Amino acid sequence: MALSRLDNLYRQMILDHAAHPHHHGKLTNAKQQLELRNPTCGDVLQLEVSLDDGKISEIAFSGTGCTISQASASMMTDEVLHKTPAQVEKMVTTFSELVTGQDPANADEILGDAAILEGVTQFPARIKCATLAWKAIYQILAEVQD
Amino acid sequence: MDKKMNNYEQDFPILKQKVNDERLVYLDNAATSQKPRAVIAALTNYYYHDNANVHRGVHTLAERATEKFEEVRLKVKNFINAPSEREIIYTKGTTEGLNWVARSYGMSHLKQGDEIVISYMEHHSNLVPWQQLAQKTGAQLKYIELLADGRLDLESARQQITDKTAIVALTHVSNVLGVVNPIAQVANLAHSHGAIMVVDGAQSTPHMKIDVQSLGADFFAFSGHKMLAPTGIGILWGKSRYLNEMPPLEFGGEMIDWVQLQETTFKEIPWKFEGGTQNIAGVVGLGAAIDYLSQIGMEQIEAHEQALSAQALPALEQIKGLKIYGPLNPALRTGIISFNLDQLHPHDVATALDMEGVAVRAGHHCAQPLMKYLGVAAMARASFYLYNTEQDVEQLVKAIKATKEFFKNGTV
Repeated sequence: MALSRLDNLYRQMILDHAAHPHHHGKLTNAKQQLELRNPTCGDVLQLEVSLDDGKISEIAFSGTGCTISQASASMMTDEVLHKTPAQVEKMVTTFSELVTGQDPANADEILGDAAILEGVTQFPARIKCATLAWKAIYQILAEVQD
Repeated sequence: MDKKMNNYEQDFPILKQKVNDERLVYLDNAATSQKPRAVIAALTNYYYHDNANVHRGVHTLAERATEKFEEVRLKVKNFINAPSEREIIYTKGTTEGLNWVARSYGMSHLKQGDEIVISYMEHHSNLVPWQQLAQKTGAQLKYIELLADGRLDLESARQQITDKTAIVALTHVSNVLGVVNPIAQVANLAHSHGAIMVVDGAQSTPHMKIDVQSLGADFFAFSGHKMLAPTGIGILWGKSRYLNEMPPLEFGGEMIDWVQLQETTFKEIPWKFEGGTQNIAGVVGLGAAIDYLSQIGMEQIEAHEQALSAQALPALEQIKGLKIYGPLNPALRTGIISFNLDQLHPHDVATALDMEGVAVRAGHHCAQPLMKYLGVAAMARASFYLYNTEQDVEQLVKAIKATKEFFKNGTV
């Protein structure tokens, strides 16, 4: 019975992204690389981006993780492509507020499909799975700007 | 299975609740155990009636608290069959005990070129302290290999332990594979090469009769919270010939003999290691936990958990796509069962089981080198204790089957 609650977390779109992640792999000539670990579970995420004309022109991720972290990384790469670092920063903040239940304004508009991960608010132990990829893009762009 | 064992869940108030509308089945005992009424009452009673600082007051409460504090040392001595209660040192847990041996014994005995031998199945707390010691002293850290079924490879132990070996540190029971290591045999090897034997007893002491003398250990560390006692209290036992010569690590109140302006003499063991006000309530709780466990009998508890494993292992083996780590023969393991289900990430499995009321651990289990050695990123782990029942095992198996069904259309 109680497994039906899982539908709130594992929405079909999330399962699809996890099974067939977008932008998965390595870039041939990545300008920026970053590896982030989730020390509590051992998940690893490698993220690569290239910027061109002030916007993210290429992006790829690899590593190991659960359904939520893989789907979130896949959706993140979809949504941040062709955006400026300032736009991405706003997206990261919005995503963080969304999954911690702070109900940010215009989340659907700012985050696109990734807003579907809101369901993770009901599973507090899994929030860090959802945020790993977003932390990675935030850090990688912060390094670019330094 | 012994029917008498089935009543103990009544003694644990926390188990009588629903989680996600399902009956709670607590199977994360290798992480920490639940506490019986007797332990909770001992803590309350201590704070209601006896609370005072120990070893430094002449008033009645201080006297009472000191008496209880020292009484438990004797209980621990008997519980693990140590030769003397003066060899029982209070710590905050296994990690602190192992760190103290590395920092105090290790730093004063090891030199460049010496060897420290551990195994691939060690928890980080019996690995990182030795790694640090090796880095600081120039000693070499070596690893004993495992057999294909996860048991310790004694042949590899014979190769790794040499005349250069100063310390052999081994877990008694693996927190991942559930295997019981042949400590006495390894201790013989260590001693024949002039090395000392350090044992991580975190996963064995709560579940089986411990005799540090027949194990041939020189040091043995364990935690209270995995054996019904509160968090923040643990024990380091060591042979007095080593403890006497070891320098204390915490300087301050309680551990001193005579303090002058430029120098200080320290108390004798065990007190010279117990600087500052100790976790007195924790010690009282540990005493109550030992009383509770002893009343049931450690052999009885071990048999009960093996029976649960013997029930669970064949049922789990029948689930297609479920992989169990460690030997499949229940006689070769304790009540710890680590597994993976199909290609599912164990975090997804653990969330699903939680929805069915079943609490398990998922992740690398503080054993990243072991995960790498076995070629997996993470595992789910169910671990039993004396209060678990046949019904709990049935609910676990049912929940795993439901999880498999839920994800049957595939995720990653």
